[in-house]
Amino acid sequence: MGEIVRLERYIHPYWGYICLTVLIKLLGAAMELMIPYLMEIMLDEKVPMGQLPEIYLYGGLMLLCAAGCLGLNVLANRMSAISSGRITRSVRHDLFHKLQHLSARQLDGLTVSSAESRLTSDTYNVNQLLARVQRLGIRAPILLIGGVAMMLSMDVVLALVLVALLPIIAVVVYFVTKTSVPLYTKQQGVLDRVVRTVQENITGIRVIKALSKTDYEKNRFHQVNGELTRVDMKAGMITAITNPVSSLTLNLGLTLVVVIGAYRVNGGIILSGVIVAFLQYFTMILNAMLGITRIFVMWSKGEASANRVADVLAMEEDLTVQPKTEEPEENAPHIEFRDVSFSYTGIGKNVDNLSFRLGHGQTLGILGATGSGKSTILNLLLRLYDPDSGMVLLDGQDIRTMDTAVLRKKFGVVFQNDFLAEGSIADNIHFFRALSPEEITLAADDAQAEFIAGKEGGMDAGVMVRGNNLSGGQKQRLLIARALAAKPEILVLDDASSALDYQTDARLRRALRQNYRNTTTVLVAQRVSSLRHADLILVLHDSQVLGMGKHEELMETCEEYRMIAQTQMGDGMEGM
Amino acid sequence: MAANPNLIGGGRLTRSEVSGDKRRFEGTKLNVGALLLRLWRYMGRNSLLLVLALVLSLSSSLLALYGPKLSGEAINAIELGTGKVDFETVIRCAVLMAVFYLCAAGLTYLLNMVMIRLSRTVSRQMRHDVFENLTALPVGFFDRYQTGDIISTITYDIDTVNQSLSSDMLQILQSTVTVVVSFVMMLTIAPKLVLIFLVTIPITVFFTRWLTKRVRPLFRRRSARLGELNGFVEEMLSGQKTIRAYGREDAVLERFDQKNGAAVDAYTVAEANGTITGPSVNFINNVSLALVCVFGSVLFLRGEIRLGDLSSFVQYSRKFSGPINEIANIIAELQSAFAAAERVFTLIDAKPEPADAENATVLEEVRGDVRMENVDFSYVPGKPIIQGLNFHAEPGSLTAIVGPTGAGKTTIINLLMRFYDVDGGTIYVDGKDIRSLTRDSLRKAFTMVLQDTWLFHGTIFDNIAYGKPGATMDEVVRAAKAAHIHSYISRLPQGYHTVLSDNGSSISKGQKQMLTIARAMLLDAHMLILDEATSNVDTRTEQHIQAAMRELMKGKTCFVIAHRLSTIQSADHILVLDGGQVVEQGTHEELMAQGGFYRRLYAAQFDAVS
Repeated sequence: MGEIVRLERYIHPYWGYICLTVLIKLLGAAMELMIPYLMEIMLDEKVPMGQLPEIYLYGGLMLLCAAGCLGLNVLANRMSAISSGRITRSVRHDLFHKLQHLSARQLDGLTVSSAESRLTSDTYNVNQLLARVQRLGIRAPILLIGGVAMMLSMDVVLALVLVALLPIIAVVVYFVTKTSVPLYTKQQGVLDRVVRTVQENITGIRVIKALSKTDYEKNRFHQVNGELTRVDMKAGMITAITNPVSSLTLNLGLTLVVVIGAYRVNGGIILSGVIVAFLQYFTMILNAMLGITRIFVMWSKGEASANRVADVLAMEEDLTVQPKTEEPEENAPHIEFRDVSFSYTGIGKNVDNLSFRLGHGQTLGILGATGSGKSTILNLLLRLYDPDSGMVLLDGQDIRTMDTAVLRKKFGVVFQNDFLAEGSIADNIHFFRALSPEEITLAADDAQAEFIAGKEGGMDAGVMVRGNNLSGGQKQRLLIARALAAKPEILVLDDASSALDYQTDARLRRALRQNYRNTTTVLVAQRVSSLRHADLILVLHDSQVLGMGKHEELMETCEEYRMIAQTQMGDGMEGM
Repeated sequence: MAANPNLIGGGRLTRSEVSGDKRRFEGTKLNVGALLLRLWRYMGRNSLLLVLALVLSLSSSLLALYGPKLSGEAINAIELGTGKVDFETVIRCAVLMAVFYLCAAGLTYLLNMVMIRLSRTVSRQMRHDVFENLTALPVGFFDRYQTGDIISTITYDIDTVNQSLSSDMLQILQSTVTVVVSFVMMLTIAPKLVLIFLVTIPITVFFTRWLTKRVRPLFRRRSARLGELNGFVEEMLSGQKTIRAYGREDAVLERFDQKNGAAVDAYTVAEANGTITGPSVNFINNVSLALVCVFGSVLFLRGEIRLGDLSSFVQYSRKFSGPINEIANIIAELQSAFAAAERVFTLIDAKPEPADAENATVLEEVRGDVRMENVDFSYVPGKPIIQGLNFHAEPGSLTAIVGPTGAGKTTIINLLMRFYDVDGGTIYVDGKDIRSLTRDSLRKAFTMVLQDTWLFHGTIFDNIAYGKPGATMDEVVRAAKAAHIHSYISRLPQGYHTVLSDNGSSISKGQKQMLTIARAMLLDAHMLILDEATSNVDTRTEQHIQAAMRELMKGKTCFVIAHRLSTIQSADHILVLDGGQVVEQGTHEELMAQGGFYRRLYAAQFDAVS
């Protein structure tokens, strides 16, 4: 039972509403029970006496009850749908919020496919559970308690025979639930893998087709699909025990009642009519019991899902804002890295004891081999990760003490192969910010995205899923426009122009120099030509700084830099 | 907005045209008969289980009739009164009851198992069929629909179909038996009273039909909105890093709330209306009960029937109305299954890549002679991307494709690989029209490395060996060394057994590209396509790879899209594209001598570094 309690605070605001629903459902059940009661009176008392007006009266009362029952049940069902929907909505809201604020590291651990199915499939299971418990969960216990009470009032000994059997059912239900919850949890886990397989097949469709791996992928899917089916079946087989075992127990109890009853009738303690009445109530109790076990089956599935949802909600956010300890010094540089070290895995260093200072409006260029830690420096600057030691400061303030919204607002960023959303070109430059059309057009111009004008609809032209209708260079210019649009304090470009031809790249750099003079720029690039004008260039190799300085200095002092520059210059010179 | 209608299965996938950018995945509206028939076929594929389920459910229904009879007999024996109870009969009946209940429980469990097996098997087959068709769909399909929406169909919709399908269908059969028996019994007792049902039953039928019509679109919307939510979530989670970097979490959350609200509202409305059926049919039943009582009483007072008949008629009429109530409930519940099934079948029916030509041949002993003749192509009719393209690549030659971004370079690759078919003209490989070849053999003849790296959740070893099943660790290590990624891999705690996660934040884009290059090194196709294969790799590392790349390219017909002119200079043939046209072609020297577009491109490069 415990796990759904972890989501109690979401149910809490609706307790009153839910109680009202239950009350209405109760009233409806009472009305429903009135109908056979009225019928008994009518047939047993009024008809033999031939009172026609009374017969009409009772018939009318039955109709009234039927109408009341209809209205109340429709109302209660509607209310249960509303409250369970609202609860699900707020659970999802918080879950999405939490997922957004998990660090990249945490999301890696969770995997996107699992996050996705928790957000939809699992919350849906919880929703179903909440709605059904309200709809079906009231009547059955009422009928069970009512039935037992009626039996006790008729003959305590016989009733106790049945009551004594209820714990047996409780034990069975307990163990079935206990075994099936882990199975349903496992099932949702396998479902994550099904989702992931489909996901990978969609994003990798070109590669898979090119390598003719379709059959292999089919087989891979076949296996997870089979496993999902097996786990699902196993969970189903186990929960399916509850129903026959409960009815068997109750039915055997009934047999016992008949035998014991026979002795008691023979001894003159009770009348045979009591046994007949017992049989009637017994059917009611059996149905109620089956209803209750059905709820427990739903509960198992709902609980497994609730648990998965609650697990994510309970995750601690990695990156919290820390209290400010000291006032920033005056005339502090815009960006400072002070003895920063960082490792993704804890083994080896991705950034090792890095220090540099960059003034307002200056440009930092980062050059280095693949995997040398260039992007990691950006990740630390943007506080997507916190350094293991040392600190990153903006205007002299440790970024860990800065309000996240304030911090993020300073940046315009383009990552390598960055994210484009389905929508329009304007949407993607806009990127959920309050920007005017002028700002957007200006940014697009500066980013050399003149291709937009050539698209049908211009700014309103559609961008397909993952930007698949744009070429690599078009994507990059769109992303640069996004980064420029809000006129950021700091522009961060991670290999953002690699797919641009040299002509366009040169024009872009010219536009940046002219129109973003006051913007501090951090530039990761592979071409020396892209960063030779930078105020500070970092040359990295295997997480170590090999050189730091201006182009001219590095040409003198840094062997690695000179070699890179020469090979690239040579690259262009060869043919001339 | 490139929507090639040929890719969309005969208009089966509809998308709203308004605002132009939202593609919604909506089920094809099928009528109930067609749906039932298709669902029935799925059940029918497991005919053994189906027959078993029918037999078991009928026999358990029969057993259910027998039970009360035994207890009735026992009561008759008890009814003799104090001191006269016929214990022999009571005990005999009790023993029989115990045996009978054991059998009934056993049968029920057996039936449950059969039903679970049946429904899960049907689910598996449906997922299988959907996935099977997904792999056959043209690549353009996935540029148009959100992955999350498709996933929602495979998970939620199929689940919905089967939750109600298997149990509900059988329940209807079982209930029908009870209804028929009760109806016959009532007819034999008091035909006049049955007249009441002649009024109420049609009302029930019409009411259910009316409600069904109202509720179906609501359930359709429920499925569609949930799919949209899933699509949104998937997209935004994949862009989480960027969203954070821009601090747009709240704005995205707001959009999420809209989608979430729409999904929840659609759910609530469908649920609220769907659950009207139960109480309503119950109401009609209660009304008919009241009518039966009143008119029965009147008949009794007139002396037309006996009191005992009236009471047993009432008993039967209650027995009769129970299942009707049940059936009506189930029919309402089936609506959600039907709506979900429409989406499932839409995916299963989406038009796959046209089948290979009937007499398609397998491309064997590839020499790698590629010729394009008068090739025309457009993604959107009326907006040509490529017009009248001609070129010839000799076996073992290197063709570089250059031009400004968006000039249609990648389109040529799409055509060569037959991700799309040409609109006009012909592409020949070894003198054979590629449309006369099987796609499989054509694609196998190419090795392709794209800028957009694709790695899957699996070990580094698996990712490198992906294109060559059965590759040994030695081969993989050799490929990784050639691609200059070995030293990075060996520094990882688990080395080649490191599992790459989907976000892969600790591995850089350049390293990913090197992994895909290593993957390509293991293949030995006769033609090679490199589309910006090293764009995220730094120049120094690229130089290190060069030797291995040259080895990789040796003796193969190569098509290279690159910006680095060193690669291009050594090409045997350069295609210069601009605006979908080949504006110039020739060798580097020829093109430089022409002093045209290529020379200007080249000058821009030279300017940049001088």
